[in-house]
Amino acid sequence: MSKEEEFKLMYGMIFSIKSFVSRLSPTDMKDGFLNYSTSKYKLHFFETPSGLKFIMNTDLSVGSMKDVLHQMFSSIYVEYVVKNPLCSLDQPITSELFKNKLDEYVRGLPQFGTKTGS
Amino acid sequence: MTIFSVYIINKAGSLIYHYDAPNTTRPAVEKTFSYPLELVLKVFDEKVTVAFGERDGIKVGHAVLGINGIPADGRFLRDKREILEVLSSEKNYPINIKFGRPPLSINERIMLASMLHSLFAIGSQLSPEPHSSGIRTMETDTFKLHCHQTMTGVKFVIITDPKQGHVDAILRKMYEAYADFALKNPFYSLDMPIRAELFDNSLQSVIEQADKYGISSI
Repeated sequence: MSKEEEFKLMYGMIFSIKSFVSRLSPTDMKDGFLNYSTSKYKLHFFETPSGLKFIMNTDLSVGSMKDVLHQMFSSIYVEYVVKNPLCSLDQPITSELFKNKLDEYVRGLPQFGTKTGS
Repeated sequence: MTIFSVYIINKAGSLIYHYDAPNTTRPAVEKTFSYPLELVLKVFDEKVTVAFGERDGIKVGHAVLGINGIPADGRFLRDKREILEVLSSEKNYPINIKFGRPPLSINERIMLASMLHSLFAIGSQLSPEPHSSGIRTMETDTFKLHCHQTMTGVKFVIITDPKQGHVDAILRKMYEAYADFALKNPFYSLDMPIRAELFDNSLQSVIEQADKYGISSI
């Protein structure tokens, strides 16, 4: 599957999961969908009030990543994309600085490389 | 341990069994309004739902469950009056309206079951590692969904409290009940909705046992 196709499928999946989960819920939801896991991976989801979605795939040993994703939004996305005059918000992010900072942040996480060692 | 509901989905993605725990209460808000009504109501999916104007625990998406103590039945009240008409005439005010999350209709359940079936398949396609299974558990802030797919493609789904840990034992026990009381029933045809009293009873006893004594007792 090409990257392009995968992105589309991911968006479609998240969109459907959100609607699925909100209908199935026995009570009113606040944060909504948080994560799902299969036999091989776990997908974490975080949505900002403005509708921006953060998704992270991890292995199964990882617990809740809500705070990590929130941190990614507040201290990396806001700092290096929203405050960057060269990035327009409705375009794909091409900023190298954002990419480097995000990479640095993810590599610094305690959950990074604990099992796979990569 | 709380189990909210149980679904069994056949290999083609259609719902063949569902069970709702009797003690799950969907919260409802009752409030008396005076004319004119500040809330904007719209008919959505044959239900009168709130489209705008959240207040006092009444949320957008909540449906009208009753007026002045008369329960609602779709767009109409039990006494055959149309809800929107009742609410639009001034002489009916002050009026007491009960709002809440609408209970799932059987059609909605069938739709949600087939939706889960496709989400399950997409979940395995999106895997960064090859040979992944479909979705096993899905967490939200209000519930946790556990899914167990058998070798033949039948899915056993239970919806529990978000704090609930492993429920594999219950899912396996349900599979056992399915094999014993549905598949071995000579009047049951494969992939069709399960209507067997013995199956109902054994499923219920599995759930009750888990509820009372915890999962380790199964």
